[in-house]
Amino acid sequence: MKRVSRMRRREFLTISATALGGVLVCSLDGQAVLLGAPGKEKKQAVRIALRFFTAEEAAIAAAAAARIFPRDQSGPGAKEAGVAIYIDRQLAGPYGRDLHRYTAGPFEEGAAAEFGYQGKATPREIYRQGLKGLAGLHHLSAGEQDEALRKIESSDFFALLRQHTIEGMFCDPLHGGNADMVGWQLIGFPGPRMNNADDLDKHYGEAFRPVPVKLRDAAGHPVRGSEDQK
Amino acid sequence: MKTLAKTDVVIVGGGWTGLLMAKELATRTGLSIVVLERGEGRTTESYADDMDEVDYGARLKMMQDASRETVTFRHDTRERALPIRQFSGFLPGTGIGGAGEHWNGVCPRNVPDFFEVLSQTTKKYGAKRLPQDHSIQDWGITYDALEPYYARVDRLLGLSGKAGNLRGQLLEGGNPFEGWRSEEYPNPPAKRTYIASLFQEASQSLGHHPYPIPSAALSRMYTNPDGVTRPACVYCGYCERYGCMIGAKAQPTNTLLPVIATKKSVTIRTGATVRRILRTKNGIASKVTGVQYIGRNGQEYFQPAEIVFLASWTMNNTRLLLLSGIGDPYEPATGSGTLGRNLTHQVFFTAATAFLEKPLNRFMGAGASGTMISDFEGDNFDHRQLPFIRGGFFQALNTGAHPIAEFGTVPNSVKATWGSEWKKAAIEAFDHIARIGFSGEHLAHKGNFLDLDPVYKDANGDPLLRLTLDWQNNEREMAEFATAKAAEIARAMNARHVNVFPGLRTYDTQRYQSTHVQGGTILGTSPETSVVNTLGQHWQADNLFVLGGSAFPQGGSANPTPTILALTYRTADAVVERYLKTRGPLE
Repeated sequence: MKRVSRMRRREFLTISATALGGVLVCSLDGQAVLLGAPGKEKKQAVRIALRFFTAEEAAIAAAAAARIFPRDQSGPGAKEAGVAIYIDRQLAGPYGRDLHRYTAGPFEEGAAAEFGYQGKATPREIYRQGLKGLAGLHHLSAGEQDEALRKIESSDFFALLRQHTIEGMFCDPLHGGNADMVGWQLIGFPGPRMNNADDLDKHYGEAFRPVPVKLRDAAGHPVRGSEDQK
Repeated sequence: MKTLAKTDVVIVGGGWTGLLMAKELATRTGLSIVVLERGEGRTTESYADDMDEVDYGARLKMMQDASRETVTFRHDTRERALPIRQFSGFLPGTGIGGAGEHWNGVCPRNVPDFFEVLSQTTKKYGAKRLPQDHSIQDWGITYDALEPYYARVDRLLGLSGKAGNLRGQLLEGGNPFEGWRSEEYPNPPAKRTYIASLFQEASQSLGHHPYPIPSAALSRMYTNPDGVTRPACVYCGYCERYGCMIGAKAQPTNTLLPVIATKKSVTIRTGATVRRILRTKNGIASKVTGVQYIGRNGQEYFQPAEIVFLASWTMNNTRLLLLSGIGDPYEPATGSGTLGRNLTHQVFFTAATAFLEKPLNRFMGAGASGTMISDFEGDNFDHRQLPFIRGGFFQALNTGAHPIAEFGTVPNSVKATWGSEWKKAAIEAFDHIARIGFSGEHLAHKGNFLDLDPVYKDANGDPLLRLTLDWQNNEREMAEFATAKAAEIARAMNARHVNVFPGLRTYDTQRYQSTHVQGGTILGTSPETSVVNTLGQHWQADNLFVLGGSAFPQGGSANPTPTILALTYRTADAVVERYLKTRGPLE
């Protein structure tokens, strides 16, 4: 008789190192991964262990996020920031499992928007279902991908995907997105800057852009996100 | 159920009002005091590394856990109420300090005639100008009577600001419309952000009277009358939805706990969820006997007490009285009963979003760093030709723009909501957005009330609280007027583009519009029309006092915390000076 492992077979998202810019310091199972110094492009690929998505799902989610927030003339996008990694971890954590949402019935799925989301499905379930509908997306051209996404624009799934893409672009890197603070650099956000007292009423009318600092460095110690807590 | 040793005082809720009462009683009497708080304990050190927008800003780490208890909502009695499954339109706090930990610290006082809206409006414009089916009533307390308590709140929190009316004398730079103050603010105004200075110039050029927002974040190091010292604000921009990492923003944990911690007479129990207030069984039920709660271990306890203070925020104050069967539930069809009536929610919205030419460095700021005008608040302007009564203030506030919440706002000429065009527009707009907020009075209406939901239950099997709430024409007309005024100011700020508020249609549980939900256990001068007297003492049980915004007969334009704390001080004085000597009805 064939023995079935109780553990799900480990799935990976493979990202080319060049796509991620110079340095990727996002913790994978608590590990920091260094991909090389900025400017020194290495052609190696990095395999990132997934917590919720299958490899196929991660590739689809990454492709969709990259159309929502594309890499283009205005700068890097969702692929460069590692948005799919961020989403994978959120879905694996308490948020994805709806641990803090009121989930008692009865459910009224078709309620007006003013009542907020009234469905029974958790974010994980919404993704699993939604990604099925986008099967093969990562093999399509950009134009075809846009067309596929436009078809689901008004769905709960797309609303989550769009929201999570923004989150993954601009979260603190401790959550697995915004790799290298690429999102913050894009918009001139300096991260959690602990003291602006000397600068607040200076720089009127001019861009003041301190070098971004992530929470770990601002606080002086590692900080765990809720998805990484026991 | 295990019965615990009797205490003199039990306080339900460890937020601003509960801990202020604990501090007052502990420093002025020898009473034994137990505070029951359902959330966790916290101190300033808890906030050293909380500046994470995902867990705190987006996932609401500091807020009440909706999976255990939420509220249900419907617009009117014909609709079926549905649970608010994730908090969004208002954000109830939990844990020691409650919502007082994650607030912005915007601290205006109410305009004097707010306490007498019914009589003043009738006198000036005639009763026919009152909105149809309103349930407005005078407080039975005047601004003049409350002023000394407001002054104590200013000193407690160390408010930073500039007086506009010092004992009747108008001062340059302050709010000329404000009620008189007996004292200047304890601290000078906070530093001015670029957005605030642009709003200042623009509103001045239109003939308005801008003034610095009164702030509970200190503009300099300050020691309050209790001897509690807090440092000056560093404008890190993490106030709203965050606890202050250095204790510059007044919070119960940094302003009240340091005093309470020195008092052996106070016991704070966290993880204690109060389910019922119990009352005497025989005769005329004029006393409560204590409270029933579930501890962290799941064990059910009865905590007997001589005096009970209910200090658990608007929603839970009303819910606990309903669950406990204390008071007469309001019936909208007949107008009978008082418990649950006059539910209001501060009418707050972004009236105009100005896209400006120059970068604004919006990441720097504080919860209350900004500029306000009160030219259109209360009855500060003539309403004879207007289709509404009352009004509100405008503010340009820089709380510290965080990218997850803020990215994606674009001029409404841009139709795309994703993809390259949207991304480019959003990047360009990100640091060029100035929001002009409007905060208006919400007048009480017969159809807006609280009761228990017949369907949905909390984690303990108790019915959820049900909100029945919708906007009326007075709010809609006021919003339209305010939007036009804000757009005028935005244009005077030389905005390249202005997005205006689309209008108040029906109540939307998803649009955040402040956590200033009021009413349900309203105060007043008669048991026919109120749940508690003006001292917060329950009409049907003289040893039960209800503290907080649930006491407001109608919703103010001013953010409510200073008024809530002033009322709490007033109750504390009455309890210490009178009630402890002669236990019985104080009014």
